[in-house]
Amino acid sequence: MAGAATHHDAHSDHRPTGWTRWVYSTNHKDIGTLYLIFAITAGIIGGALSMMMRWELQEPGIQIFHGLAGMVYGIDGDAAIDAGKSMYNAFTTAHGLVMIFFMVMPALIGGFANWMVPIMIGAPDMAFPRMNNISFWLLPPAFLLLLLSLFMPSAPGAHGVGGGWTMYPPMSTSGQPGPAMDMAILSLHIAGASSILGAINFITTIFNMRAPGMTIHKMPLFAWSVLITAFLLLLSLPVLAGGITMLLTDRNFGTAFFAPESGGDPILFQHLFWFFGHPEVYILILPGFGIISHIVSTFSRKPVFGYLGMAYAMVAIGVVGFVVWAHHMYTTGLSLDTQRYFVFATMVIAVPTGVKIFSWIATMWGGSISMRTPMLWAIGFIFLFTVGGVTGVQLANAGLDRSLHDTYYVVAHFHYVLSLGAVFAIFAGWYYWFPKMFGYTYSSAIARVHFWIMFIGVNLVFFPQHFLGLAGMPRRYIDYPDAFAGWNMVSSYGAYLSGFSVLIFLYGVFEAFSKKRIAGNNPWGEGATTLEWQLSSPPPFHQWEQLPRIK
Amino acid sequence: MCMPHADARPSQGIREMTIAMKKVTGAAAAMVLLSGAAAFAAQPTPWQTDFQPAASPIMESIEWFENYTLWFIIPVTLLVLALLAYCIVRFRADAHPTPSRTSHNTLIEIIWTVGPVVILLCLAIPSFQLLTAQYTPPEEPALTVKAIGNQWNWDYEYQVETPLTFNSALLTDDARAAAGKEDRGAYPRLLAVDNEVVVPVNATVRMLVTGGDVIHSFAMPAFGVKVDAVPGRINETWFKATKEGLYYGQCSELCGKDHAYMPIAIRVVALDQYQTWLAAAATDLGGANRALMASVDAQNKIASAGE
Repeated sequence: MAGAATHHDAHSDHRPTGWTRWVYSTNHKDIGTLYLIFAITAGIIGGALSMMMRWELQEPGIQIFHGLAGMVYGIDGDAAIDAGKSMYNAFTTAHGLVMIFFMVMPALIGGFANWMVPIMIGAPDMAFPRMNNISFWLLPPAFLLLLLSLFMPSAPGAHGVGGGWTMYPPMSTSGQPGPAMDMAILSLHIAGASSILGAINFITTIFNMRAPGMTIHKMPLFAWSVLITAFLLLLSLPVLAGGITMLLTDRNFGTAFFAPESGGDPILFQHLFWFFGHPEVYILILPGFGIISHIVSTFSRKPVFGYLGMAYAMVAIGVVGFVVWAHHMYTTGLSLDTQRYFVFATMVIAVPTGVKIFSWIATMWGGSISMRTPMLWAIGFIFLFTVGGVTGVQLANAGLDRSLHDTYYVVAHFHYVLSLGAVFAIFAGWYYWFPKMFGYTYSSAIARVHFWIMFIGVNLVFFPQHFLGLAGMPRRYIDYPDAFAGWNMVSSYGAYLSGFSVLIFLYGVFEAFSKKRIAGNNPWGEGATTLEWQLSSPPPFHQWEQLPRIK
Repeated sequence: MCMPHADARPSQGIREMTIAMKKVTGAAAAMVLLSGAAAFAAQPTPWQTDFQPAASPIMESIEWFENYTLWFIIPVTLLVLALLAYCIVRFRADAHPTPSRTSHNTLIEIIWTVGPVVILLCLAIPSFQLLTAQYTPPEEPALTVKAIGNQWNWDYEYQVETPLTFNSALLTDDARAAAGKEDRGAYPRLLAVDNEVVVPVNATVRMLVTGGDVIHSFAMPAFGVKVDAVPGRINETWFKATKEGLYYGQCSELCGKDHAYMPIAIRVVALDQYQTWLAAAATDLGGANRALMASVDAQNKIASAGE
């Protein structure tokens, strides 16, 4: 027993080893790393799906999906063409769901928030470490279910969920009787449960485990952004769970929530879905806002401008985000007054968002700016998010959305705020915290090449899609009239370039881990003021055994 | 403020603003004016970067409003870009080694809160007028057509004295010759259909739209019309096409395998041509369509000869 006692005293060295360290992990940093690895894996798979779609759309006509369907499902001729068309729809659906639920959310909330929020607020770990473990380990089975659904029958002659990530009935009920949809619903239930548990954990941690002196109004903005995100998750995900449970019972147990022939209403699902879906898009971007604030402040060597305004702008975005959902539904037959309200409410969100953009610029103003790699990504984020934001202001207007709804204009808009917004924030966070998390520095030359190729690539993908949308090209089309060929070709070449930039990213990670250049506690200098930079890199297995005091 | 006036009659106000704005945005206006010829047709063109030319007053208003929003959002984006660039250059560590500690300035914070509010008001006023106009037909409809979206074609019901019902589906390549639609310019792949909807020019047409199986969406870009075809509910919209021609739209709500293969085509013709077609279509739709095409072609030849 004496040996055990001495072992216990050396608390910081007490850690499980081998596979148990990861599978049984209750350590927020290890779980955060698992989340990041998971998100990178899912991102590669979700990105591969989009590469196939862009390859298909490079020219008019069906290029690859009939062959792909023939290969995967073992059919040929007209059946392969039909299966290929359905397969394309399954790819758009899976791309959306994978990127949202299994890439962006795990990276920002599971990954960076798990890693940094406890450290930033001076807590030794999350409030419920075992719940943190189950939050993560629910995700791989959920992801597996979604991927397997691609190979399950759905509509006659088709495989995979082909109803889009929005899953509108009756397309998702009577339209696809096969088990693929049921598997996807189960996948979302599990992923949703994982996120709700995570949200409870973050709320409890942030409310109860802040270090002495760390009042809520001294808390770093990233912790603020995660707190607000956690509330959005907690309030919106149960509504999605309810909606998709109703889909499930409509499909399997003879209920008729959404079946008009039995007195149900398909539009009811859209209200439920978007009551979740709109807060969801803020869930995807708010943690990014937090990350960008830290990076801009660090590399300007200045405190964040208008801290309280920044925090409460996020609160305002979160609150108003719950009352704008039907702006996704302007063409469903909403009454004129309803549309007027949703136009008004949606435009209101532009105000706190503008406050954030201008506050980031004001943080830079008068600073001493060093354009290190994370700063490059952060500034890229601010500009691209602005582009996506202003097209959002256009789309808020129901009268104009009449022409743009369900066209590539919308695709361009939400990829500018998410693919170029949230994803750039993820890469910014990755390059900002990589030395802290893993203790090594990466090659900034590789990281910069990654940035520029990706920046050019994604703009080539998505900017021409504005033109396609204005010209009237509807989204979720496997084939399009020949007049749309030009911009589609540009968009596809941009996609290949973006895909190549991801390979550079992966090489950069490999390079950093193989060269093992020691990062030191604080590679960013005096601008990096949050608590994580006071710890070693990587931080000790258990940090803040002596709680830090915040003055 | 930023708007010249807020007219009591919304659609009128929009139209006046349209005219005023056209003087400013010369290029877009010229496109609309030039396209007023008889053989007008709206379909996408290669490397297009703007809306398809408008063929209804509502679409003209939408086009105007889109251009109007650009006058705000492009300067805002450029302002952000310029400020970022200025900060990067002016406050780079070499040139500005000592950072200021300023983290508050109430005045500037009020300005960048109130500024966007003012911009949004400038957008909201014409936006609400446009939205209201879309739900305010100028007159009682002269014709009501019901569109039913199916997987993957459209049924149309003319609600006239002797109801006319027909199906409209994608024109397949082997059916082109028989239909007399071998001109791929006028009848493009994936846009041309076997039986077009035919409506009279300058008449207010009411569309009743519903879905037969899953949700589809009835869209006609040149008219500024898009309304979902939802099973179990009938959505109503209207348009008033002011230029004769052949117009194309496509299903705009994901509806399964052949979502990309159920186009919508509307032929706008003179009232007498429409009446002749309607009378003949009751018994022989194919014959009526061919006769109408011949009549339109003859008219276009005369028009081009006269130029």
